[in-house]
Amino acid sequence: MSKVVLQTQDLKGYYRGTFGIIHAVDGVSLTVYNDDILGLAGESGCGKSTFLKLITGTPGPLLHYEGGKIEVEGRDIYNIPTEELRKEIKCNLLSYIPQSALNALNPTVRLKEFVRDMLRERAGRKCSADEAREILADHFKMLNLDKHVLDLYPHELSGGMRQRAVIAISTYSNPSLLLTDEPTSSLDVSSQKQMVEMLIHLSRTRTIKSMIISSHDVSMLRQICNRFAIMYAGKIVEEGGTEDVVNSPLHPYTKLLLTSLLPLEKWIKHEKLKSAGGIPPDLRNPPPGCRFHLRCSQCTDICMSEMPPTVEKNGRIISCWLYS
Amino acid sequence: MASKDEILKVENLTKYYTSGYIFTKKVMGAENVSFSLNKGEVLSLVGESGSGKSTVANMILRLIKPTSGKIYLGGEDALSFDRTHYWRKTQAVFQDPYSTFNYFYTVDKVLMDAFYLLEKTSSGSKKYSKTEKETIVRSTLETIGMDPDEVLGRYPHQLSGGQMQRLLIARTLIIEPEILVADEPTSMTDASTRLAILNELLRLKEEKGMSILFITHDVGQAYYISDRTAVMQKGKILEMGPTEKVFFQPEHQYTKDLIKSVPKLHEKWEI
Repeated sequence: MSKVVLQTQDLKGYYRGTFGIIHAVDGVSLTVYNDDILGLAGESGCGKSTFLKLITGTPGPLLHYEGGKIEVEGRDIYNIPTEELRKEIKCNLLSYIPQSALNALNPTVRLKEFVRDMLRERAGRKCSADEAREILADHFKMLNLDKHVLDLYPHELSGGMRQRAVIAISTYSNPSLLLTDEPTSSLDVSSQKQMVEMLIHLSRTRTIKSMIISSHDVSMLRQICNRFAIMYAGKIVEEGGTEDVVNSPLHPYTKLLLTSLLPLEKWIKHEKLKSAGGIPPDLRNPPPGCRFHLRCSQCTDICMSEMPPTVEKNGRIISCWLYS
Repeated sequence: MASKDEILKVENLTKYYTSGYIFTKKVMGAENVSFSLNKGEVLSLVGESGSGKSTVANMILRLIKPTSGKIYLGGEDALSFDRTHYWRKTQAVFQDPYSTFNYFYTVDKVLMDAFYLLEKTSSGSKKYSKTEKETIVRSTLETIGMDPDEVLGRYPHQLSGGQMQRLLIARTLIIEPEILVADEPTSMTDASTRLAILNELLRLKEEKGMSILFITHDVGQAYYISDRTAVMQKGKILEMGPTEKVFFQPEHQYTKDLIKSVPKLHEKWEI
């Protein structure tokens, strides 16, 4: 068994505000090993981004850590001093790339100045902006990016280029875990492909050993990931190897998600695909029992009242009454 | 030669957006776009962002004026119609439903206004009473699987983007136009509700014989829903033909590249 990089246990994170309490992440247990590229799939509002934000240790305004445990390389990140969290975990072990690359960059300075600040904070290396550009030149070249990108302001780059530049910058310090939130949303298919190639390249060259990629686009994730976790309404419903999950989904929600993806494959036209009625539940007051029972065609009495236990079956983890 | 079933015909439609007063700058929106839409047919316009898909849609809806070119609706020039009568026959579901709803009114208004359009364009002087309107609205919402009590009487900010897009489909059901222009109708919906909208559109086509111009960047959706497909790039139509052929035996190099860069679920890229 390889080394555990990240382990969460019954992790809970709620948004608290005038709108009430949103149970965005409600009891998520997940283990990421060294060499794992984990795809976190689910539709918007299922808690993927919230989960990633919680792992960074400093969730933003309104989002509160409400219990459970997160261990990054064996260190419980919510029970260590802030300075240790920042210096040792966030600067060396983790890299988080938010959904929109613009949120990660400083719009008022050139990328090289941003990199200079990053090098000073992360690696304790004091240098000028031009030196910083030279330091990153090789890394950029390896990822097929031109180093002159660093001379530009964020707004001068196209969306795809900006995303790739952010990934290149954040992987320079070889973090043990890279968290990317929707790396390909809002990109055209051609820049999407470049992004996928870049992520695969990063893992092949062993620059990044483990990654969590969240996305709603399962077809894209399956090109990169070796393991999948499917999330629905704040919980993980199914987890397993990519080929297993894609070719023989077990949980009713996974089945629904995979058919409604409409990949460009001939089978989708053969018969009219069945759509499920309803929308995901309001997480301010989540339904009792299984969270999918309102839309599930195989719903039974127990699904409505009791939360299904999480069971492991042939290396797949599933949370559904049909399998326990 | 106009065939009998041809309901919409677009000829050499061109649009340049100009900006500036003295030093005008021209940006090409669409160039020499020609196609025709038959009755009960779904035609998809596929292309990356900025390829001019929405420009074509807006010209067909008469929301923007073409620089040159002609649009024929049922053999007659689109510009010869009175706008209300034209919109009785062409309706739309937009990419951004937030811009369709007025924030100061409840969403009922958009649905109720549909009856105004019907009253104004009907040959007789058919008037709908308030209760009649409400029954029709409620039954329409139920047919598309929405709970009327959940959406009626609410303000746009209280609904999700997907719900609003489905309300626009409900509106289309009330008006029953001949042509529906669906400009990325699933842009605001999640994977699991997306299919419901597409099936709804397919039902409009099958049960009401409506012709649909479906605009999307998602080739999977286009393949699922359409009979014919046109691929657009930089304002021009590069390739047009039966959906099966365009996606699985593409001729144009751009289409080939586009298809190749779409990730597949059961196939892994070799990189």
